[in-house]
Parts: sequence; structure tokens; C-alpha cells
Amino acid sequence: MKSFTYERAASPAEAVAAAARVPDAKFIAGGTNLLDLMKLEIETPGHLIDVNGLGLDKIEPTNEGGLRIGALVRNTDLAADARVRRDYGVLSRALLAGASGQLRNKATTAGNLLQRTRCPYFYDTNMPCNKRQPGSGCAAIGGFSRQHAVLGASEACIAVHPSDMAVAMRALDATVETVKANGTTRSIAIADFHRLPGDTPDKETVLDAGELITAVTLPKPIGGTHIYRKVRDRASYAFALVSVAAIVQRDGTGNVALGGVAHKPWRMEAAEAQMPRGATAVAERLLADAKPTSDNAFKLPLVRRTLAGALAEAKG
Amino acid sequence: MKFNTPATTNPIDQLKVVGHPLDRIDGPLKTTGTAPYAYEHHEGVANAAYGHVLGAAIAKGRIASMDLSRAKAAPGVIAIVTAENAGRLDKGSKNTAKLLGGPDIEHYHQAVAVVVAESFEQARAAAQLIRVDYVKADGAFDLSDARKSATPPTDTQADSARGDFTAAFAAAPVTLDETYSTPDQAHAMMEPHATIAAWTGDKLTLWTSNQMIAWGVDDMAATLGIPKQNVRLVSPFIGGGFGGKLFLRADALMAALGARAARRPVKVALSRPMMFNNTTHRPATIQRIRIGATPDGKITAVGHESWSGDLPGGGPELAVQQTRLLYAGENRMTALRLAVLDLPEGNAMRAPGEAPGLMALEIAMDEMAEKLGMDPIAFRVANDTQVDPEHPDRPFSQRRLVECLQLGAERFGWSARAAQPGRVRDGDWLVGMGVAAAFRNNLVMKSGARVRLDNKGMLTVETDMTDIGTGSYTVIAQTAAEMMGLPLEKVRVRLGDSSFPVSAGSGGQWGGNSSTAGVYAACVKLREAVAQKLGFNSADAVFANGDVRLGNRSVPLTEAAGADGLSGEDTMEYGDLSEKYQQSTFGGHFVEVGVDVVTGEVRVRRMLAVCAAGRILNPKTARSQVIGAMTMGVGAALMEDLKIDKRLGFFVNHDLAGYEVPVHADIPHQDVIFLDETDPMSSPMKAKGVGELGICGVAAATANAIYNATGVRVRDYPVTLDKHLDRLPELS
Ligand SMILES: Cc1cc2nc3c(=O)[nH]c(=O)nc-3n(C[C@H](O)[C@H](O)[C@H](O)COP(=O)(O)OP(=O)(O)OC[C@H]3O[C@@H](n4cnc5c(N)ncnc54)[C@H](O)[C@@H]3O)c2cc1C
Ligand code: SF4
Repeated sequence: MKSFTYERAASPAEAVAAAARVPDAKFIAGGTNLLDLMKLEIETPGHLIDVNGLGLDKIEPTNEGGLRIGALVRNTDLAADARVRRDYGVLSRALLAGASGQLRNKATTAGNLLQRTRCPYFYDTNMPCNKRQPGSGCAAIGGFSRQHAVLGASEACIAVHPSDMAVAMRALDATVETVKANGTTRSIAIADFHRLPGDTPDKETVLDAGELITAVTLPKPIGGTHIYRKVRDRASYAFALVSVAAIVQRDGTGNVALGGVAHKPWRMEAAEAQMPRGATAVAERLLADAKPTSDNAFKLPLVRRTLAGALAEAKG
Repeated sequence: MKFNTPATTNPIDQLKVVGHPLDRIDGPLKTTGTAPYAYEHHEGVANAAYGHVLGAAIAKGRIASMDLSRAKAAPGVIAIVTAENAGRLDKGSKNTAKLLGGPDIEHYHQAVAVVVAESFEQARAAAQLIRVDYVKADGAFDLSDARKSATPPTDTQADSARGDFTAAFAAAPVTLDETYSTPDQAHAMMEPHATIAAWTGDKLTLWTSNQMIAWGVDDMAATLGIPKQNVRLVSPFIGGGFGGKLFLRADALMAALGARAARRPVKVALSRPMMFNNTTHRPATIQRIRIGATPDGKITAVGHESWSGDLPGGGPELAVQQTRLLYAGENRMTALRLAVLDLPEGNAMRAPGEAPGLMALEIAMDEMAEKLGMDPIAFRVANDTQVDPEHPDRPFSQRRLVECLQLGAERFGWSARAAQPGRVRDGDWLVGMGVAAAFRNNLVMKSGARVRLDNKGMLTVETDMTDIGTGSYTVIAQTAAEMMGLPLEKVRVRLGDSSFPVSAGSGGQWGGNSSTAGVYAACVKLREAVAQKLGFNSADAVFANGDVRLGNRSVPLTEAAGADGLSGEDTMEYGDLSEKYQQSTFGGHFVEVGVDVVTGEVRVRRMLAVCAAGRILNPKTARSQVIGAMTMGVGAALMEDLKIDKRLGFFVNHDLAGYEVPVHADIPHQDVIFLDETDPMSSPMKAKGVGELGICGVAAATANAIYNATGVRVRDYPVTLDKHLDRLPELS
């Protein structure tokens, strides 16, 4: 681990000011991802700004009838919140399908969105990796790629985003609220928040340097049956091979997002238009442009089946 | 003491302490975090500096140059040792690759340097500043390619045969000829390889985590070129080994070299991501099995060939071992072939040979039973043998495989299994049951111990035996208590120190029986000393309730011990009983699984093991061994798989996020039954091993259960969902 300095910020304004002052600073929340990466020198910040004391740990109703989830709300608390469980069941289920109890106690809403890929070559600093070291190449292409992307990948990177929570948030049309050092705030639709790898896989979101996430807001509840189905090699404590977040309305319409298939949660409004025609039609549309590797070609039938299972479950 | 005739009645048979399900005596130390593990001997070793090991970044080739300048200048750095400045190093007899690489690199993450610094963080950070230029060489990393060039291994029996396999197989009315594969697997024990090394003059002490103390001393002395007497190993507690800590490894050597260079004690633990490629692993196998039988299910021909790979000079995985002994059949052959692979070193992991061998053989038996239209248990029963089938004049010392299978069937509810696969549904779950025979040889190993009785009636046992989580402390205390007629609280056990008598060590499931037999021998010596001192005839003296009694004269042991105490030391050695009689342990594994018809995910629902393994010295610690082994068997069946990058030549998933082992949610329910038996051929303890028997057959029982659930046969472990998904029923 590279040596670093540390400070504890007391307000969002203080945090972003600190980030603007020190060029290689990073925010630290639960630390469950960042610290691991620092130990391996995959992340090498010179300065850490602890954001745990910013008072962003509340879940509050919005004027629009939705919920505003503070950036520092722990995954455990978010999953257990009565309003979340009642109105946004898919989110609660996705959270509980992730990591372990201990990790969820530390992990935060913002940290979860910003967690980095689990590509094993990204984790091994002897290996070329465009995400870790731009321009060095991608060892996963032509290597062991069972976990990797089947959609939206590039010549530069085929990694997937590992979050479960983000997949549910995508299905729920969440919005990410941020603040920058100059005081400007923005609301970023979750659809636009994560980027595809393109030729800059090191840039994973649209956040600017030093931009702080303050909250994630959920729109007014949309009802429907909420399902989160995560498929994995063992019963718990494993990242998704694929996952399906589905919100299905009585009339058969609804929202569907996939995890474990791309550099970001995968959702296509055009595919959802097919929902009344059934799961096969939806999957066909979702996977139309899929480019699997020989290691992960199974993800295509797996998505089809899992989606069919989820939609059948929603019908009851 | 020499054990060369079958055991008769002896003090152990009293079973006042032995044979009881006692809590482990080291339990409180462990649950309170006060049992010092290798990295934690803070009191013994003041002022230790920290060593961080740098692993090679290539699989094969050589180091062209190394630039240490930035690392040397980094804060806190005390010393850096590489092959260039380490001085002359030899290789221990049990290591295949060198523990310190350079200039030649033999495998990925082979240690190339240790950086010693004032703090752990400084050592780790400085190690990242070392610049190494490598010249890569081509290597062989793919067993299925290298298989073609495999040759018979020279240091182990490569082939065995009896009768005319080829003719009998060709003539058999019912035949099976299938190929199975098992992947490379990692021990993935909880405690990493770790050592603190301290030099006093030319004497080296290592607080380490090692299953085989005497081997460790020998190989450290050989590697450094110093006399054995100058090396002391201390390893009282071990957080799991599973064979991964049988040998001297890089943590110990790098700590010793680091301490010599730094002129102060140095502690080294391998980081988790280093463990998978730096140390040893269970090698992958490709196994071809052919079975021929008569229509009524008598095996007439059985052939088992296995291919595995290792670095030059390494050995094969002995995957045909059980096939030589498990089932009857007049005509038989086995063959081992070894290919050169430039992957990390292959070596022993829990039940080497039988664990992967049964993964294949016991699927083959299931397939064969189906071809014959027989119940898989009935088919196995029909081919039971009470003699070594390769040498029919050699009986088994004891063999109750049939009882294990039949009792297991009754307890598990086997009769409810649908013979037709793919027929049982529980909601979205396809449900199936599977069975496999468990088999593992019982090895007996020479083992010594020293016992000392003091004037307070405390008995201290010392032996270099190790407790790798198995319960050695407890069964040794039970043995000594039984022999001396003392309560368990009066026995103190000290293990894992090379200054104690050399024991069998922990490996190959020989430790429990062999080490307690050594303690038995030492206690016999002590009983003689007590009797002699009191003028008793030692054969007639009765040791009970803290007294020694002869006729109506009874003397407290405290008195017999006197102010100076009394001691006894001996080594149990074995004659040729294990040659005259085949000693093995047996069991039946039963598994019920559910396969999600939508996703193909496999989840175990319940498991049962029935074991016949001689006298069970402590049913509680033995059960823990078996359920742990069953869990490991589920890992082998469903998830454990070191994934090779065949271009770059290394295990890619080298951490516990990538190399999955079962978690609690994967293991909902386990039962273990031990048959009540003793084996007088094994030792005066009449016990055998159980720690490895528990894993043998589990993976095949699981794979057979999956087949019974789905009707899809997978012969390539682990059985992950991608291997059967496309053959599962279409969804409506
Ligand atoms: C063993 C293990 C298993 C796991 N399994 C799963 C799983 O199955 N599913 C799953 O979804 N996740 C899983 N995770 C990941 C886990 O969910 C994340 O580590 C966690 O959510 C990160 O949150 P954190 O608060 O600890 O983030 P940190 O580690 O503190 O930070 C992560 C990143 O977010 C940035 N950051 C944090 N807060 C802010 C903010 N307010 N504004 C801007 N930037 C910010 C940090 O600078 C850093 O770059 C697993 C993790 C581990 C270690
Ligand atoms: S897939 Fe992406 S993260 Fe993985 S090695 Fe390639 S560039 Fe790096």
C-alpha cells in the first residue's frame, strides 16, 4: 500500500473542497472495496477524505412521493427499511443477495455504486489491464473470462460491474445526486451514470474528479411484483453469474434490468416493450447484440431461462 | 515398542476416557483467541521485523535483471534477499521447485525476493518498488495437450495388472468406457503459510505452521546447508493444512533468509493471493475408466488410467490407487502417466489419490449400475471383496463396506430414490439422490512420544505430533489418561516442537492412530518405571483413579512419582502386518441435491456418511473431521476449480473471491454414523484414520445425485450449472 494522508470531512462542502485541493485524493466510505484495492496498489490515492461524518445517512421521503437515500446509508439499513421493503422490494432483495452481513453493515449506497470490477486480471498487478493501467492491454480477452461481459464490451475491456444494488436501482429508474467543489449539484439518471468501457475502461462513471455523491433518489413507487433473481455458483457470498431485476405489473408490462452481463446494469426500454409477448421475446431483444466469449457463452441461455423464471414467478 | 502381532486386550480397551465424545482440550484457547498461531508468537520473539515475499510475474523463463534501488531506499526497509545475495541454497528433498527462484523461474509467483522492513506495510509497499525484467520462455500449461507426451512415472508404481484385462473387457456383455476429468484444487485453508524465524548464532528457530515437524527440520537444514541439530521448528497450533503444510514452504525459507540478512527475527506470512500459485495444489487429472460385467452385475474387467502433470521432477496424482483395491474382478489393469507441466507444484491434498480417483470411479460405478439395470448399492455389494483383488492371498484386516452402504441406505431413506432420473420435482427443484463408496487406505507410521509424571500427579506428554485442527491434543490426552488411570484434567499435552520425540506427524489420515500408538508405547514405559519403583510386577499392576494397584496394595501415582517424577519415552514401530493384511477404511456417502430447473444451480439438501474406520478414539472430534471433509467434497463436486490461463500459465482465480469453497448456506444438513468396530491389525489403539475417509467419494455421490435429479451426466468436475444448462428441460 502506498502511504497516504487522511482527513475526516464534516460537511459535503468541506469534502469536495478537500478533494479539489488535493489532486490524488479519494473519498472513503465503508472502505470495503477501496481498502482492498489500496493494499494491492490497484488504487493509490495520496489522500483519503473520510465521508462517514457528512450526515448523509438518512432515508427521507421526497416531495414527489419517492425516497431520498443518503449516500452513506449502509446496505444493511437500506435493505431493512420498511418503506424500501414495501415499495421497492427489488432493491431490498438485491441488497440482501450481495456480499455478506458483515460487509453490508459497512458498505454504503454510494460506495456500492462505485465498486470496481472483480475481473481477476484487474486484481493481479502483474497482468496487463486497460482499466488498471490504460494502454497496457486486456489479459481477460483470450484468457479466463467466465465472469465477463456478453453485452456492451469493447476491444479494450470486457469487465462487468459487480453490483447487485445498482441493477435494482436501474430497474427502479433511480437518480444519483451529486455536488462539486464549486457548489454545483447535478441529478444523473442511473441509466447515464455508469459508462460502457469503450476505449477508456478506466473511466467507469460520468462523475468528474472530486465530485461527491450525496444521495440516490427513487421515484414514486410504481407497484407491481418485485423480483431479484441472482444466479451463482454457491448459495451465498458470490458475485452474480447473471442476475435479473424485474418489476412486473398486472397487465404484463414492466421493467427489467440485468446484472453480471455488462460494464453497467443492462436495461433496454425496447426489450421491455416486448414484455406482453413473453420472456423469450424480451430476452431475444436484450441479447440481440450479445458477443460472448467461449467461457461465458452459457450466460445467454442462462439469461433467457432466468428471465423466464422471474416473469413466471411474477405471474404467480 | 514394536507392533508386529495383532493387538490383544490392553488398557485402552477399558474405554474409560478413550472412545468418549469429549470436547477438545485446546478448544478454550482457540475460542478465546489465545492459542498462538505461527504469526502470533509475540512473547517468544521480541523485536521481529516484517518480511514480504515478492512472487515471480511470469510462469517460466528467467530474470534478466532486478533493480532493488528504489525498494532499498524505501522507508523502513532493513534488508532485501534474492537468489543473488542469499548465498548457496540447496533444495529440500520434498520440494519439486525451488522455494527461492532466480535467475530461473519455474512457476508463477515462485518467490523471487523477500523485503524486510520495520512494519508490515513498509515491507509490502517496498516490495512493489522492485523492478524485475524477465525473459519469458514457452511452457506447457494444458494437461489435455500434454497428455499425449505423458510417460510412466519412475518413482512410483506406474502400472498394475492381473489376468487379461483386454480380452475380458472385449468379451464382457456389458461395458462402460468413459473419460472423466478433475480440476486443479487449492487447499484454501484458513491460516496462511506463516513463519517467524530467529537466529541465535548459527542456530535457527522457526515458529511456523507445519504438519510434519521432522520433515520441515530436514528440509530446512538441507536447503540452508546447515546441520539438522541447528534447526528447531515450533508449530503448536495450525489453522488448517490439508496437505498444503506437509512441506517446508517459502514462508519459512524467506523468513530464515530475511532474519539472517536483517540480523533480527523476521516474520513472514504469505498473502492470500500468493498462496494459490506459490505453494502446492492438488493436480488436475484426466481419467479413463473401463468396466466390463456380466448381465447379473459381476465385474469381469476393470481398467483405470490416469493422466496428471507436474513440474519436471515432480510426481503423479495417484488417482488409480483405490481401483486396485475397492472392487472384485478377475481381470484388471491400472496405469498412471505423468506429463510435464509448468504450472505451480502439484502435491498432496486431503486424500491424495483416492479423493480425485473416487470422483471418477464412483461415477463410473453409477453409470455401470444403470447400464445393468441394477441399484447402485446392489451393484457395489455384488462386487465386494474381502481380499486384495490384485493379490488374493492378502486379506483385508477388516472390511465392512457393505454394512456401511446398507446401513446408510436404510438411514438415508434410499428406497425412496427414483431409479429413473429426472422424475422427482419439488417446486422449481429437480431432486435427486446419489451414493458412492468411500475408501481410503490406513497408513501406519512410526511415532514417538515422551511422558513425564510429576509429584502432583500431572502427566505431561511431549511429541512433535501436530494438531492441524483434527483433535490431536485431545485424543493424545485421552490415550495417556487411559493408560495411566488418570482423569483427563491431569494430562497436559505439548505438541509440534522438534525438541520433542519425532512422531508420525499429520498427513494421510495416519496421525490419529499412529501418534496415539506412540503415546501408548511411551506410557507402557512409564507404567514399567512406576511398577519397578514400587516393586510391582508391571504386567499385573492396575492403573486406575490416580492410583497404581497390585492385589490389595494401592499406591497413589503422586507418591510413586516421588519428588523427581518419573518418565517414559518410546517409539511405536511397525512390523509387516500391513503387508500381510490390507488395511483400509471404508464408508458410504449419501447425498440429496436439488437442481434449479430454471437456472441449473445445484444445491445440496442433505448428506449422510457411514464410516467404518476402526476404533473411534473420540466420536466428537472424529465427527468434526468427517463433516469438514464432506464439506470439502461438496466443494470438489460443485465449485472448486483453479482456472488456468493457458497462455500465461498460472491459476487466475487466486483469491477466495475467485476460488469458491462452500459457505454455510451450501451445507444445510449433515449426518455421520460410525460403525462400532476395532481393528487389531492397525495398532494397540485398534484405530484407523477418518480425516480423509470423509472426503473420499463425496463428490461422486453429489455428481450421481445431480444425475439422478436431472438425467444429465456430467463427467467434468466441478459440476457447475453451465455444464448441464443446455440439457435441462425446456421451460414452458
Ligand atoms: C468479499 C466481498 C464480497 C462482495 N460481494 C458482493 C456482492 O455479491 N454483490 C455486490 O453488489 N457487492 C459485493 N461486494 C461489494 C460491496 O458491495 C462493496 O465493497 C461496497 O458496496 C462498497 O461500499 P463502501 O462504502 O465500502 O465503499 P468504499 O470502499 O468506501 O468506496 C468505494 C468507492 O466509492 C467511492 N466513494 C465512496 N463514497 C463516495 C461518495 N459519497 N461520493 C463519491 N465517491 C464515493 C470511493 O472513493 C471508492 O472509489 C462484495 C465485497 C467484498 C469485499
Ligand atoms: S476485462 Fe477490463 S478489467 Fe479485466 S483485464 Fe481486461 S481491461 Fe482489465
